[in-house]
Amino acid sequence: MLDLFRYDAKKHTILAAGQVAPDADRCVQCGICVYNCPVGIDVRAHAWRGEPIIHEYCLTCGECVARCPRGALRFEKTDLFSKKK
Amino acid sequence: MKYVIIGAGVAGIAAIEAIRSVDHSGEITMIGDDPHGFYSRPGLAYYLSGELHDKTLYPRTAEQYRKMNFRYLKGRVKNIFREGRQLQLEEGQLISFDRLLIVVGAQAIPLDVKGSHLEGIFKLDHLEDAKRILKHARRGRRVIVIGGGITALELAEGLLARKMDVHYLLRGNRYWNSVLDEQESKIIEGRLQEEGVTLHYRAQALEILEKNKRVSGVRLADGKTLKCDLLVYAIGVRPRIDLAKQADLKTERGILVDEYLQTNDPNIFAAGDVAQTYDPSSGRFTLSSLWSQAREQGFAAGLNMAGRRAAYVKSTPFNVTRLAGLTTTVIGTVGSGCTDEDLVGIARGDSETWRLLPDIIAAQEGFDVNRMRLLIGEKRLLGAVVMGDQKLSYPLEKIISESIDISPIREKLLNSKLRISDVIAEFWKNLNLPKRI
Ligand SMILES: Cc1cc2nc3c(=O)[nH]c(=O)nc-3n(C[C@H](O)[C@H](O)[C@H](O)COP(=O)(O)OP(=O)(O)OC[C@H]3O[C@@H](n4cnc5c(N)ncnc54)[C@H](O)[C@@H]3O)c2cc1C
Repeated sequence: MLDLFRYDAKKHTILAAGQVAPDADRCVQCGICVYNCPVGIDVRAHAWRGEPIIHEYCLTCGECVARCPRGALRFEKTDLFSKKK
Repeated sequence: MKYVIIGAGVAGIAAIEAIRSVDHSGEITMIGDDPHGFYSRPGLAYYLSGELHDKTLYPRTAEQYRKMNFRYLKGRVKNIFREGRQLQLEEGQLISFDRLLIVVGAQAIPLDVKGSHLEGIFKLDHLEDAKRILKHARRGRRVIVIGGGITALELAEGLLARKMDVHYLLRGNRYWNSVLDEQESKIIEGRLQEEGVTLHYRAQALEILEKNKRVSGVRLADGKTLKCDLLVYAIGVRPRIDLAKQADLKTERGILVDEYLQTNDPNIFAAGDVAQTYDPSSGRFTLSSLWSQAREQGFAAGLNMAGRRAAYVKSTPFNVTRLAGLTTTVIGTVGSGCTDEDLVGIARGDSETWRLLPDIIAAQEGFDVNRMRLLIGEKRLLGAVVMGDQKLSYPLEKIISESIDISPIREKLLNSKLRISDVIAEFWKNLNLPKRI
């Protein structure tokens, strides 16, 4: 119970700081990201469209970022108040 | 309007998306001869190494296809009749079209060595090839790998991951000499050897040896023989231009298309690996075998088929891949100008542009696994090879592809006392482009 709570707290800090963003040009749709996503998000479909993974189940655990053999995924800052995207 | 697309690869899928973005009612038919339909071809390497399941290779669900609203026909196109705007499948069925897109890709160039018909010899084009290889990939058995470029290495590493005894034959004295420089080749070779691959330099296979109709080894040019249980090769790819040739469309090494991806027949388009497209950076018509370029070309072709005039400008060739476990990015023109003895045509994940020897200076830095090589022109960067740490590969890709003026840092890049990575990082920071973390 306590562990679960801690995990959630950690998740929130990360979520506030960033999200996973793909670079469509680098992605070859191999599916390693999907294969390794612990919550089964279709990361590859986001990568095809070049859209960041904004998904209620995303833990921003970084599995997909670390496993992508093409460096197509990265963490991006989500500073709502920044003018730069 | 009747659109017909021959080939169910990434160029074809992108074309359907493009057509549907402007024409919701036209009839689209896609014809493909691969029993597995559309899947990630580059992903085959990771299927081979066991990093993913074959089911993972399919990017789309049946539901997603349904939404794209097209008809899929399994079959092989045998003839194109331009006059009657019809094509014929192998089984004889005729299909008519108003606009046709040829996206049939490229195929592995067969080994031209005595004995290459024997059982136990494989290439890696399709999912079926990968499945066949895996069926024979038994732990402890010996496999000989022949060829160059990325695919040969992926075969070597994939089979090493399957615990095979991997022997890699190189004709010359280093790996991928047309794209990598000497030090880069050495880094890759060193890592392969560390992982357990046995490299054989100046090793040209003259004959494949047989035992009970199966491969049992190779005889090399120096007279030695090397035993093996399996032989895999990747010596380059060749666009499938037969259909286009029969239909009297203009071809060279690929199907020649203009900037609208149009062939010499205004109703017929070509894109992807099969197309030979205009490359503004060299002023020539070149071939590539790159996933992202195939996608871009397919998309542009689809728009043009649907009546939009969308000029395609070949992007800077770019590939990120893993060579001997080391993430490596190749951008723009980086070639050594040498011809690669291990490759006959271009390789998968390769572009002819990379080969051109730019008349420029190379600055380099790095040691062991983090290495960066830049090819510096008068005013802009023409190419880069980034190995290991990839932090700067994204900035470099933008600086190269957008021809950003580097005159303010040119002197610094050539100053051997400064680290080129620092110079690039500083320059990028001041360019005021999106921030990464
Ligand atoms: C093992 C491997 C590794 C690769 N690695 C990389 C990489 O690292 N980076 C990169 O950018 N690219 C890589 N590629 C290349 C990339 O996959 C291709 O550039 C891309 O798939 C080209 O897409 P396409 O749509 O033009 O053709 P293809 O994907 O080849 O699709 C063409 C389809 O048409 C079908 N077809 C052919 N003839 C007919 C006919 N007469 N009738 C009906 N159907 C027909 C074929 O069976 C095939 O399914 C790799 C490819 C392979 C095989």
